[in-house]
Amino acid sequence: MSNVLKKLEILAGAAKYDVSCASSGSNRSNSGKGLGNASPWGICHSFTEDGRCVSLLKIMFTNYCMYDCAYCLNRRSNDVPRTAFTVKEIVDLTIEFYRRNYIEGLFLSSGVVKSPDHTMSLLIRVAKELRTNHRYNGYIHLKSIPGASTELIREAGLYADRLSVNIEIPSEPNLKMLAPEKDYRSILTPMNSIHQGILVSKEDTRKFRSAPKFVPAGQSTQLIVGATPDTDNQILTLASGLYNHQDLKRVYYSGYIPINTNDSRLPVLSTPPLVRENRLYQSDWLMRFYFFRVDEIVNDRHPNLDLDIDPKLSYAIRNPWMFPVDVNKAPYELILRVPGIGVRSAKLILTSRRYGRISSYQLQKMGVVMKRAKYFITCNELGSSTINEIKPENMKQLFMPKKEIKKKDKHPGQLSFVFPD
Amino acid sequence: MAIWIYDKTFEGFLTLVFDCYQKKIFPDRILGYGNVQFSLFQPEYEVLTDEVRAKRVWDGLHKKVSSTNCQMIYYVFLSEIEDIELLLLRYIRKAFGSEESVELNFGDCDVLELLKIDRKVVREAERIRMFVRFQKTKDGIYYASFDPKYNVLPLVTKHFENRFPDQRWIIYDTRRNYGFYYDLKNTSEFKFAESFIDASTGKIDQSIMGTDEQLFQDMWKSYFKSICIKERINPKLHMQMLPKRFWKYLIEKQT
Ligand code: SF4
Repeated sequence: MSNVLKKLEILAGAAKYDVSCASSGSNRSNSGKGLGNASPWGICHSFTEDGRCVSLLKIMFTNYCMYDCAYCLNRRSNDVPRTAFTVKEIVDLTIEFYRRNYIEGLFLSSGVVKSPDHTMSLLIRVAKELRTNHRYNGYIHLKSIPGASTELIREAGLYADRLSVNIEIPSEPNLKMLAPEKDYRSILTPMNSIHQGILVSKEDTRKFRSAPKFVPAGQSTQLIVGATPDTDNQILTLASGLYNHQDLKRVYYSGYIPINTNDSRLPVLSTPPLVRENRLYQSDWLMRFYFFRVDEIVNDRHPNLDLDIDPKLSYAIRNPWMFPVDVNKAPYELILRVPGIGVRSAKLILTSRRYGRISSYQLQKMGVVMKRAKYFITCNELGSSTINEIKPENMKQLFMPKKEIKKKDKHPGQLSFVFPD
Repeated sequence: MAIWIYDKTFEGFLTLVFDCYQKKIFPDRILGYGNVQFSLFQPEYEVLTDEVRAKRVWDGLHKKVSSTNCQMIYYVFLSEIEDIELLLLRYIRKAFGSEESVELNFGDCDVLELLKIDRKVVREAERIRMFVRFQKTKDGIYYASFDPKYNVLPLVTKHFENRFPDQRWIIYDTRRNYGFYYDLKNTSEFKFAESFIDASTGKIDQSIMGTDEQLFQDMWKSYFKSICIKERINPKLHMQMLPKRFWKYLIEKQT
C-alpha cells in the first residue's frame, strides 16, 4: 500500500490541472445496503490552499501518454516520473476515502496509452467494478478520451454520473497548433454521442421508469484561458453555444498555467490570468442564472471583458438607458440586472413587495449591496443620484479598487471567488 | 420584569408558548435552568414541559404557517443564540395574530431575522456533511468528532444513515458532549462515560485504531497536498472557504 501512496502523489499531481470539481446534479439514492448516495446539490469536503473545492478523488489512471499537447505536464516529450494505478487500487482508494467522508466520489482521467479505446476501457473497468461488485452509489466522473469509439462512450455513460470531453483550446487552428494529435472532430464527436445518449435515456425513462440512467449529471468541458490569443468573445460564444446546443451542464475556465516554459508555441506569463478567469466565471453565471445573452456581455465592439469591474456592472454602465429600475414595480429579470442585487435578494424583493412598498433600509436588510445598487434603482425614499445624473463615463471611477487599499492587501492581484450581484 | 425559566428543550419551549397564551402573559426574558444564577432577578414562573401542550402548539402552528416554516422554527431554536426564544415567541405571536400568512413578509424585521438565522443553521448542518471525518476503529466502527457552533447534529443523522447504511458509525458533538451511534439498524443518542478521544485533535486512541486507518489518513493528507496548484495559492480565499474553527478535526489540516 505504501507503493500506492507514491502513485497517489504522482497521479493526483498530474490530474490537478483539470479544474472541474462539481459533484452535483445526480440523484442516486441508496436502496438497501449498498454504499453511498449522490445528493443532487453536491457536497464539497475540503478546500485546497488555492481555494478550490475538493469534492472528488481526482486522479489519473496513468500519466503515461502517447500524445504531445503543448500545454500539458504529462505530454510525451516531458521528463516526469511516470506510473499507473491498477483497477483494484483505484477502486479500494475510492471506497476507503468515501467511507471516511473525505470525498463525494471519483474523478478519473488518464493519459492515452496504447490507443484511445484501450485507455477508455480501463476507465470503464474501474467504474463498472465500483458499481456492480461494490454496489457503490457515490459520484463518478469519467473523462472521455479523445478519439475513443462511440460504443465505449455509450458504455461509460451507463456507469458514470458525468462524462466530460475537454475542448481546452477555444478555436480550431490554435488547437491544431498546440495539440497536433487532436482536432475538433475528436472532441465534438464524443460530445455529440454523449448528448444523444442523454436524450435517448430521457425518452426511455419517460416510458419505463426503471430504464438505466445515462450520465444523469450531464456533461461538462474545460477551456484553457490565456494560452492562445482567443478573445473572451470567442470563448463565451463557444460556451453559450455549448449550453444551448449540446445541453452542457458546465463549462469550466482554467487560467493558463505556464508549465512547459520552453515551448515557443506558448506565451510567456509570469502568473496565470486569474482575474480574467474570474471574470469569465462571472459572465458564465450571468448567462446561466441572470438571463443575459452572450452578446450583451461581449460582442465585436466589446470583445474582451473589463478586468477592473465585473461584467454585470460593466454592462450596466454601457447601457444607462435601462436605469434606474423601480424595485417596487420592475419585473424579476430587470431587477436581476441591477448591480448589487443577486438572485436571492431579487426573490426576496419580489415576494415582499406584495405586502407594501419596500424602503432602502429593507433592501439593505435583504442583502442588497446598496453602495452599488443605489445608482441604478429608485425605491420608496431613496434620494441619491442615479447613473444618468452622474454620467456613465464617470461611473467606473466610483467602483475602481482604491490604490491604498490595494497596498494593504497581503495578496495583491488575487480575488476572492465572488460572483456579481 | 417577567422572567420565565424552562428546560431548554424544544418541547419545553412549545409548552412555554402554550402557557403564555393561557396566562395571557408574555415574558420579557426567558432563561434555561442553567442560566438563572447569572440573572439579578428571580424568575417568576417555571415552565413544566408537557407533551400534550407542546403538541397542541405545534399542531396550531401547522395550521397557521407552512410546514417549511414550522421546520424553520425548530431550526432557529437549535441555533441556541442568546434570547432566541424571544424572537421565536414574537414570530409565533405574529403568525397566530394575523389573518393572512406572515411568512413571506420579509419587510418585517422578525420574519427576515428568522430566515437569516435559519440559513445560518442550515449552513452549519451542511458543514457537518462536508467536514466530518470518520476514523475506523479496530472493531469496524467509523468514529467522527465534531464541534458545531449550533446544535445541528440531530439534523444530519438521516444523511449519514442514507449514505453509509452498511457501516456502523458515531458522530460526536464534543462541545455539547453527546453524539449519535448508528448500529446498522437504528440511530440513537448517547453520551460517552469515558473518553478515548484526544480533545485537541478529535483523534481516536492508537490502542483502538483500525489496522489501515493511519495509512489512509496519511494518503488523504498527501492527496490534499498534491492537488494544490502552487501558482494559484490564495490563503485568504482558503481561509474564507475553510474557516479556521474547523481545522482542528480536519486530518488534512493537521501537521
Ligand atoms: S492527451 Fe491529455 S494527457 Fe496526453 S498530452 Fe494531451 S492533454 Fe496531456
